[in-house]
Amino acid sequence: MQIARVVGSVVATQKHKTFEGAKLLLVQPLDAVDDAPRGAAMLAVDGVGAGVHEKVLIVLEGRAAGEALGKKGAPVDAAIVGIVDEVVVKE
Amino acid sequence: MQLAKVIGDVVATRKDESLVGIKLLVIRPLTPDREPAGRPLVAVDAVGAGVGDVVFFVRGKEASFPFHPAEPPVDAGIVGIVDHWDYADRASRR
Repeated sequence: MQIARVVGSVVATQKHKTFEGAKLLLVQPLDAVDDAPRGAAMLAVDGVGAGVHEKVLIVLEGRAAGEALGKKGAPVDAAIVGIVDEVVVKE
Repeated sequence: MQLAKVIGDVVATRKDESLVGIKLLVIRPLTPDREPAGRPLVAVDAVGAGVGDVVFFVRGKEASFPFHPAEPPVDAGIVGIVDHWDYADRASRR
């Protein structure tokens, strides 16, 4: 899993049926320690009711992302599974 | 998933049987700023996309799920055509 920031949202009318009712958000992965953006922003389905600017926990794996969406056989590879209150790194 | 622009299509007559009838498109991944993000790749189409469309696509085995119960040997698939997107936090993009 990775820490990411929600940076936007995506609207798509024509999409695979398993996406119906799902919220699609743009997330920017962050370094878990210093919060610096890491890599390109990507789309993730929202499983927890996250909003723009929030720091979130994302999974980048198909099976886990499908479970977050609550649908079997969903063609997804990224999902938001938590809203991060705080990250404490001690080393 | 990632944003991408459809920039071409691929014709392959001889191919894995489970790919018969599936459209193959060349896509260029995009950042939310519409800048190219990495090299173009070939993706299967599950939503009726065409050249010029901005789409989002899934990577990995999940790209084959829309074709269930067939299991075509694919690793990237277009699963939505994008109407528009909002990109709020521009400062965080780098």
